[in-house]
Amino acid sequence: MEFDGWTALIGTGTVVAVFVVVMLMVILAVWAERRVAAVMQTRIGPNRAGPFGLLQTIADGIKLLMKESITPRQVDRLVYELAPLLAVLPAFLALAIVPFGPGFCIGGQGTDCSGGYFVDMQIANLNVGVLWFLSMSAIGVYAALLAGWGSGSKYPLLGGVRASAQVISYEAALSLSVVPVVVAAGTLDTQGIVLAQSQYRWFLLPLFIPALFFFVAALAETNRPPFDLVEAESELVGGFHTEYSGVRFMLFFLAEYVNVVTISALFVTFFLGGWTGPYPVAGSVNWAPLFGAIWFLAKTVCIIGIFFWLRVTLPRLRYDQLMALCWKRLIPINLVYLMAVAVWVAYQATGDLPRLVGGG
Amino acid sequence: MAIGVGAIAKGLWVTLRNAMRKPVTVQYPEVIRPKPERFHGRHVLNRYGDGMEKCIGCELCAGVCPARCIYVRGADNPPEAPVSPGERYGYVYEINFLRCIYCGLCVEACPTEAITMSNLFEFSFTDRDDAIFGKDLLLVDPDGTPKHSGSHYDPRSLEESGGWMRATSPGGDASYEGIPGWSADAGHGVRAAEAGQGADPADPEQVLAGHRDDVGLAGRGAAPEALDFGALAKKAGLSGKETPT
Ligand code: SF4
Ligand code: SF4
Repeated sequence: MEFDGWTALIGTGTVVAVFVVVMLMVILAVWAERRVAAVMQTRIGPNRAGPFGLLQTIADGIKLLMKESITPRQVDRLVYELAPLLAVLPAFLALAIVPFGPGFCIGGQGTDCSGGYFVDMQIANLNVGVLWFLSMSAIGVYAALLAGWGSGSKYPLLGGVRASAQVISYEAALSLSVVPVVVAAGTLDTQGIVLAQSQYRWFLLPLFIPALFFFVAALAETNRPPFDLVEAESELVGGFHTEYSGVRFMLFFLAEYVNVVTISALFVTFFLGGWTGPYPVAGSVNWAPLFGAIWFLAKTVCIIGIFFWLRVTLPRLRYDQLMALCWKRLIPINLVYLMAVAVWVAYQATGDLPRLVGGG
Repeated sequence: MAIGVGAIAKGLWVTLRNAMRKPVTVQYPEVIRPKPERFHGRHVLNRYGDGMEKCIGCELCAGVCPARCIYVRGADNPPEAPVSPGERYGYVYEINFLRCIYCGLCVEACPTEAITMSNLFEFSFTDRDDAIFGKDLLLVDPDGTPKHSGSHYDPRSLEESGGWMRATSPGGDASYEGIPGWSADAGHGVRAAEAGQGADPADPEQVLAGHRDDVGLAGRGAAPEALDFGALAKKAGLSGKETPT
């Protein structure tokens, strides 16, 4: 398929569609988080702006946009301005590899869609999708780190130092919990990982431990409670974003929720079979892409709900507990599990146990 | 780690269970909770049944107020048209509600139950001066209805004023709580004492029991031995007459 105007149009359309879907999800997530928290705390929660308070996020956004964006005098200007952008951009970029559905063909025939245009329901169909996600979430660390450093104030600095240690540690745990998935699926391509899980061969069951650890590490990666030590409003005022207000604060806020959506979407992709679902069994139905997207979003919403539930329930971890959990539990157990998965996969492939130690 | 997972599951169950409960909060501007009888809202100045003001301008409330937010200037009652039954009346009476801490000491100090606390609490000031209420806002109407200063208030609040004063009783003794020890209010007559706390005033046994309870002796069998200070002093090696140096 040569690159022409249509390809460009389809690409742009995909980007816009994904952006709109994700923004809608973020808007609803911010609202839903507050409602869920309220319900679990036997309160009512925001219900004034629009029906059921659905427009609350919009109202908050307008408020933040109109607020004065104060720049403290002692900030490192460049770093200070850069940090919110570094928070938002990787958050959105990581979304590029999330497959929202099986993809569909416009105007072509046959399984290879000859003569037409095949629309991937994901922004970038990279064959190293998993690596792209990991690198983007790694860049996200810089946001908190630079915000903490650039603010020139002690609480953000503490938050930034915590961010660097916490997120880098959990980055390792996160990557190690993805590797079993990659080994089991035999591909780094997210679409391929989803296809490897079709027919309900979800990785959640065989890879339950990595799935659990992925979820824990995801909470820490996104700085969500109980791992919100980077913000820790009861200890560090606002942590790394203490000195941010107005639009710049909104960018951090937005990034947090985009990250939550992204990481939930990836959890679904890696462990819950992505867009596969009970109805269009083998992509045979005309509306398969639509149903795929619906299954995918429904699963994602459930995972996001668990994020909120945990947030309402769990108190923040102490810092040494946080580090101990990562280095003494998640990473070693993950390594052992990874080894076991690798051995199993090799055994499946060759019918023989790989000779790990010594020749023979 | 296994214990940790169990604890987390328990916590998740707690939040889930709470999610099924009815919210305990209400939609305030539309739904107003009834206030407790002894609510410490803003003050009112009461009148007797014949419309006379209860305040006699004695300034005891102003003297006791820890926040120094009451200003009273008394004046002699004009003999031809007395404002209060006493010799003097409160000519100027002002409370600064930005300073008031709603402790109620003024209510306790007042010898005539002139000042009591109502259930009204919905203030909104756009100016510091607006927070200083004069007699025009503090004094109840001749029919006993407090004036309300805001546009939003609970109509039930207009009925309730001075619950706390009546609950604690002017005598300051819990055993008299069932006995009205206060004068009639315009529009309300002698208001009943708050039920269910003190003893039945007609039953001396109960009054006495309530009194004992008040000093912490009831329900514990025999009264504890009184402290014998002389014996204690002897034990400590002091003769009763010597003063320790
Ligand atoms: S309630 Fe307390 S602070 Fe307020 S006016 Fe009375 S004595 Fe003063
Ligand atoms: S309100 Fe009571 S204490 Fe205060 S001046 Fe009047 S009579 Fe005296």
